[in-house]
Amino acid sequence: MALLEVNGLGIKFGGLRAVDDLTMKINKGQLYGLIGPNGAGKTTVFNMLTGVYAPTNGGFTLDGEALAGRSPIEINRKGIARTFQNIRLFSGMTVLDNVKVGLHNSKKYNVFEGIFRLPRYFREEAEMDERAEELLKVFGLEGEKETMARNLPYGRQRKLEIARALATDPKLLLLDEPAAGMNPNETAELMKTIRYVRDEFDMTILLIEHDMKLVGGICEELTVLNFGQVLAQGKTSEVLNDPEVIKAYLGE
Amino acid sequence: MEFLEQLINGLNLGSIYALIALGYTMVYGIAKMLNFAHGDIIMVGAYTLSVAVSTFNVNPGLSIIISMIVCAALGILTEKIAYKPLRKASPLTVLITAIGVSYFLESLALLIFGSKQRKVASVITMKPLSIGSFELTGESIVTLGVTIIIMVALTLFINKTKTGKAMLAVSEDKGAAQLMGVNVDFTISVTFAIGSALAAVAGTLFTSSYGFVGPYTGAMPGIKAFVAAVLGGIGSIPGAMLGGIILGIIESFSKAYISTQLADAIVFGVLIVVLLVRPTGLLGKKRMEKV
Amino acid sequence: MKKIINKKNIIAAAVAVGVYILITVLCSAGLLSRHYQSLLVPIGINVILAVSLNLTVGFLGELTLGHAGFMSVGAYAGCLFTLYSDLPTVIELPLAIIIGGAVAAVFGVIIGIPALRLKGDYLAIVTLAFGEIIRSVITNLDALGGAGGLKGIDKSSGFTSVYILLLITVLVSVTLVDSRHGRAITAIRDNVIAAESIGINVVFYKLLAFVSAAFFAGAAGVLYGHNLGILKPNTFDFNKSIEILVIVVLGGMGSIKGSIISAVIITLLPEVLRGLDDYRMLIYSIVLIAIMIVNNSSKLKAAKEKFIEKIRSGNTPAKEDA
Repeated sequence: MALLEVNGLGIKFGGLRAVDDLTMKINKGQLYGLIGPNGAGKTTVFNMLTGVYAPTNGGFTLDGEALAGRSPIEINRKGIARTFQNIRLFSGMTVLDNVKVGLHNSKKYNVFEGIFRLPRYFREEAEMDERAEELLKVFGLEGEKETMARNLPYGRQRKLEIARALATDPKLLLLDEPAAGMNPNETAELMKTIRYVRDEFDMTILLIEHDMKLVGGICEELTVLNFGQVLAQGKTSEVLNDPEVIKAYLGE
Repeated sequence: MEFLEQLINGLNLGSIYALIALGYTMVYGIAKMLNFAHGDIIMVGAYTLSVAVSTFNVNPGLSIIISMIVCAALGILTEKIAYKPLRKASPLTVLITAIGVSYFLESLALLIFGSKQRKVASVITMKPLSIGSFELTGESIVTLGVTIIIMVALTLFINKTKTGKAMLAVSEDKGAAQLMGVNVDFTISVTFAIGSALAAVAGTLFTSSYGFVGPYTGAMPGIKAFVAAVLGGIGSIPGAMLGGIILGIIESFSKAYISTQLADAIVFGVLIVVLLVRPTGLLGKKRMEKV
Repeated sequence: MKKIINKKNIIAAAVAVGVYILITVLCSAGLLSRHYQSLLVPIGINVILAVSLNLTVGFLGELTLGHAGFMSVGAYAGCLFTLYSDLPTVIELPLAIIIGGAVAAVFGVIIGIPALRLKGDYLAIVTLAFGEIIRSVITNLDALGGAGGLKGIDKSSGFTSVYILLLITVLVSVTLVDSRHGRAITAIRDNVIAAESIGINVVFYKLLAFVSAAFFAGAAGVLYGHNLGILKPNTFDFNKSIEILVIVVLGGMGSIKGSIISAVIITLLPEVLRGLDDYRMLIYSIVLIAIMIVNNSSKLKAAKEKFIEKIRSGNTPAKEDA
């Protein structure tokens, strides 16, 4: 059984069908790409998969459990985490604390144990620090753990966002344009990191990307959206050579 | 008869709220900010009028125009000094700043005029109108008349003139309007000027009905007019009119039939209920946050 | 690993005890005039109010204008309790504080559950409306003394009890903020959508901040009533809420230390600058506007950061302060 199964997913805003009848399957451990021209509805798909929007048609299951229409909080707890196209960090918090917020639900000490500094507070805080630093190390951010998130350079903010999403220990990671605003060197490094995350954390990753080098380089399968509908689907090499896809990207 | 009398009272008060609410709603629509100091513009307008009429013996008609000009200028000035630098700041920041401006105007008035309320002679000289045993005061007639004229004029201005359309465009999408060649700064200034001039008119009508002005005269009507704007749907001009009238009638009936002291509590209770049941107000539009 | 006993905490404890001893000695030696002694309680109460309001305004990032409303609910509840109970003061006053805080917290839940769904300006106005409703209802309740006030309350609180509550408030605020719960609250302030995306229960944590703030405001109200011996509904009007907000903003939103210092200064200022009393509110308002503009205008902010960087690069590279 596939980890994520999307069945006929669609949403209407007023009269506009932003996404229509999207069906796709992502297997465990896969690196899957969702591509398409601007305004094709890619981020809208992410928003439905993470509960920001409730789909008007169809649904999706994670590990066989139907999640469409649930709240973002519930969906995250069920195992989907994401990053955002326009970075959404906790800008007034340190890099370390950003990741520690991601670890929030993995710990159990309650408000009173926290306020009165009971033993579980110290034990779990220490565990959180350790885990957060491990995650920061994956992205080479361990040297900046006390920096305010807002003072990080752009490319590193994107990485921190991924680290924070991973902290919630998801089964499926959604990356919304992770390479946006990066130079070719940074992108190359990011590709390595994404592959590393997949291998090391045994992660399934669905990503939206415009950088075709990155998509061609790491994605095993693709779905191409155009005007909210599936234009092509399948193995990366085949999809990228599909004349319809080329036409949609280059125009006529 | 009492019912009719209270209805007229309510319409009278409601018209004043509607005029103030227009200022709130226009500014909110365009600058996306709650101008907490808007109520205090009423107070400035009332003082200006009172000083012009009783200290300088200017004729009432001209005094009203002076008061409108002073308030319009004040509106533009506060926007330029206090709000413009904060266009990209959080709503929290802007609201605190607006509270600061409100306090500034109140304490300035307190310094200049003292805490004692100043008597304001009514500038409305119209004779009351008697219909059978029922008497309609000149103030009521003028208030209702002026409000209707202003509403019509404002609606025409926004829908028919270039500046009015620019205001609509800026309220939809500031960035896009700018790209289409709309002068956003100018449009915002015009909005503040019109809103504040309307507040001056409201101040004139308010003090003509009540006879006094003090440093805090504007605060309560200001907050209630904001309630009216929210009730009608913030950002909506017909909503401000509707909200103002409804609120005026509720207040007037509460005072007459329930309790004078509890009238304010009832008005605020209405606000809370509206916001919980229909946060966009009666005629407001829903907005979705882009993720 | 973190420890309770470290250098920072020892210093903080020493300061807390030191300040108390210093003030007690100054009072008993007669070095502090009667007039200034009478200011100790108002200062302490303003510190409690400011530190607790900072939880919602500074850490949660939601503007509430009804803090005085929570203070009054707590004050009336606690004072009614002591009016009708016959316990010795040592038991009665702490009980009254807990009752006052708890009643205010219950109101916090009742108001908070619906109101916290609203954003920004709307929440501010709803809390303002709530404060005004409470005030007019109390004014109309004869059982609570009406507009004339609730009289005959034991004058059982003084500097010591206020100081103890102050320490508890500060301690709880500091430890709450530095826990997973506090981080969740701050995360909501910085980005609600991101907080939801990582599974933070936004409603719960908004309510936690809101209700904690209400609790301490109510508790402070109890001590206020037991210091003055009378409660008048008009003391708790919208202007009182604004005054506390001014204190929080001047001290720096999200800075507990700042709230403490600012509460002391703002409460003392009118006494120190007696001649300037008329200008006090004017000065507050100008400072409030100026702080907002300097801290938030993008141009001025860039200039400020450059300036700070310049100073820092001159000295040893300083650590990023939180």
